Amino acid sequence: MAEGEWQPKILAIICNWCSYAGADLAGSARTQYPPDVRAIRVMCTGRVDPLFIMKAFADGADGVLISGCHFGDCHYLAGNFKCAKRMFLMKSILKDIGIEDNRLRMTFVSASEGAKWANVITDVVETVKELGPSPISAFNKN
Amino acid sequence: MAEEKKQPRIGVFVCHCGTNIAGSIDVKAVQEYARTLPGVIVADDYQYMCSTPGQTKIDNAIKENDLTGVVVAACSPRLHEPTFRTATKEGGLNPFRFEMANIREQDAWVHMHDNAGATAKAKDAIRIAVAKAALLEDLYPKSVPVEHAAMVVGAGVGGIQAALDLANAGIKTYLIDKLPTVGGRMSQLDKTFPTLDCSQCILTPKMVDVGRHPNIDLRTYTEVEAVEGYIGNFDITLRKKARGVLTPTEATEKGIVGGGCNGCGDCDAVCPVIKPNPFELGMKPRKAIYIYHPQVTPLIYTVDFDSCIKCGLCVEACGEKKAIDLDMADAFETVKVGTVILATGYDIFPIEKKREWGYKQFDNVITSLEFERLICASGPTGGHLIRPSDGQTPKKVAFVLCAGSRDNTGVGKPYCSRFCCMYSLKHAHQMMEKIPGCQPYIFYMDIRSFGKQYEEFYYRIQDEGAKFIRGRVANILEDAKTKDLHVYAEDTLLGQPVDLTVDLVVLAAAIEPTQGIDPVRKMFGVSCSQDGWMLEAHPKLNPCGTTTAGVFLAGVCQGPKDIPDTVAQAEGAASAASIPIHMGKVELEPYFAQCIEEKCAGCGMCVNLCPYSALALVEKDGKQVMQVTEAKCKGCGTCGGFCPGGAIYMQHFTTPQIVAQIDAFLLGGEE
Repeated sequence: MAEGEWQPKILAIICNWCSYAGADLAGSARTQYPPDVRAIRVMCTGRVDPLFIMKAFADGADGVLISGCHFGDCHYLAGNFKCAKRMFLMKSILKDIGIEDNRLRMTFVSASEGAKWANVITDVVETVKELGPSPISAFNKN
Repeated sequence: MAEEKKQPRIGVFVCHCGTNIAGSIDVKAVQEYARTLPGVIVADDYQYMCSTPGQTKIDNAIKENDLTGVVVAACSPRLHEPTFRTATKEGGLNPFRFEMANIREQDAWVHMHDNAGATAKAKDAIRIAVAKAALLEDLYPKSVPVEHAAMVVGAGVGGIQAALDLANAGIKTYLIDKLPTVGGRMSQLDKTFPTLDCSQCILTPKMVDVGRHPNIDLRTYTEVEAVEGYIGNFDITLRKKARGVLTPTEATEKGIVGGGCNGCGDCDAVCPVIKPNPFELGMKPRKAIYIYHPQVTPLIYTVDFDSCIKCGLCVEACGEKKAIDLDMADAFETVKVGTVILATGYDIFPIEKKREWGYKQFDNVITSLEFERLICASGPTGGHLIRPSDGQTPKKVAFVLCAGSRDNTGVGKPYCSRFCCMYSLKHAHQMMEKIPGCQPYIFYMDIRSFGKQYEEFYYRIQDEGAKFIRGRVANILEDAKTKDLHVYAEDTLLGQPVDLTVDLVVLAAAIEPTQGIDPVRKMFGVSCSQDGWMLEAHPKLNPCGTTTAGVFLAGVCQGPKDIPDTVAQAEGAASAASIPIHMGKVELEPYFAQCIEEKCAGCGMCVNLCPYSALALVEKDGKQVMQVTEAKCKGCGTCGGFCPGGAIYMQHFTTPQIVAQIDAFLLGGEE
């Protein structure tokens, strides 16, 4: 972490069975990635209430990542699919209120994809760093 | 639900995990930071929190400080949450008042060169965990009874062993296989390494045992159609494929006394339809009414309805036994079991995809499994190894190892298939034993003879005269006239090119997960690794378990294994699968949805979303409200994520808890 550099605040809500396990696997494999993302564990991405995403952005999150199982691999059959369908809606709402929609991302990382998890995080951090601070975090400060 | 509760009093314990965590994170700074967080009464750190002294710290702190919640910042909750829940319980708190901050797998280990970044992340992780811990409530696991029965899917040697172990432990066991017989791949093999036991000789007694064991309900020619339920109470629908032939029991049930198939083979003799025999890999013919191989269990004929022309000759030949019913249809039955073992095995990788080796282009390039059938006394040639092109006995034979295994070209498989080295050594031995003056050449990358007595076997084959050439075969070409084969490779030990002319090439083809197994895997909620093999719950600590409680793995379906390893894992899986059954009840994690009735508008959206039909609308105090059947609810929380009125209370993952976590991260930090 370089001194003085802007550090984005990125929230990840990830499912217990695939993405959380994939993130653990990246850990046991010592795959290195940037430390800017903070994860909250839920049992399934189906649990992700749109409120959580809106609350995170309202609180000044610069990015939100939702990550679950691959389609067809959901531990609860189709929770990830139900969540994914909502992402389109959430993105269009974000755009409407002036937040770049690529601050919100949904990915699918299985329990065996530790390397993919590291790539996802690296990419999310890069994307958010390019976008800069969220307009809401600037608004909150004023 | 939300009773009046006292102010949160939280204890935070930060683990060094030796240098695993302390090497990248300033544990002291994190511990001191934790003490400043709202609600935190005590913060401590220790070398190894999971050790007895570490757990005692938690125990004592709860008692001394009258804690309401415990946070341990250490490894992944997927590893040690049960440990610390137990410690929390020992201290007199409800175990669900424990929350874990993952500062190892998802912090220290992945930011090893960024101490400041890792330390900041650990502080945030603890702040998030403390926010949740402040809102945790007492929860009580639900105890459910376990059906005193098990199912084993796949009746190869692994499935057979697992079923026998379960049955011998007094558990009713359904053993199912999609083929008309038990036996699996092992029944196709001639000899087994390194002991050179005859494969059938050691397998057949076990096949017979499963056929007559009083506790085993053997269902061949049967597939899994649907799976419902959870550990202890799986309702599994089986599709009994139309076999066209009645067993003696089925015949008796239909009132045909003394009838049913006795395996006499009169039907086989008259059947006019000739098809390739899949057991012999197409190298022998079979009729439309057939037995899969000579040692089938159960000895019942099967009609291949895809090729049967329904001429009725077999029905006539069967006569008074009236065993054949050409109008039979698939039958479905749902059985209830407590636990399940998947032992679905493997298939041979279609090695013709590696065009450079000429399989299916050149007659005299065969796979190792074809070699097994050709050298087997019950095989299509009666055990005489021949060249497919001209029926001559081959004298010079090249064995190509790692054919499609350890292959990073994108065509083959990146993994080692694990048993090809050893069976190729065995093939070389069998050839030299049967064909005087023959010469096997083994093209290898590395010889992996890792098992008990395997290395000794390798030396023995070297001494017997097999030639070993260390190099991957680049190309195989055919002499159009003689049908001999030119094998081109680089001998990497001598550093020179090789152009060897041989009579026969045997490709030790890679293995891959059984074709069409994915739907079955998904029905049981089992994940797979990137190469498609089923994923164990933990590679070292729970190698037979899966992420679905009550579903276990045995044999190659979990990853390449030889017979000893498969049987060992099958016994492990049987032991694991018998535990809940012998316990008689299991505890389900209490992550159930609850309805906050005053908020519920009775819209019923959640009812349709629930994948387990656990929710229903009921009339209560004059209005429609949702009601949960806890035993059916698996706690995914999808209903809670979608309820427009916020009327669903998802235990342990409540909306206030998750929002508190989000707020703690984004609003509660150091500026």
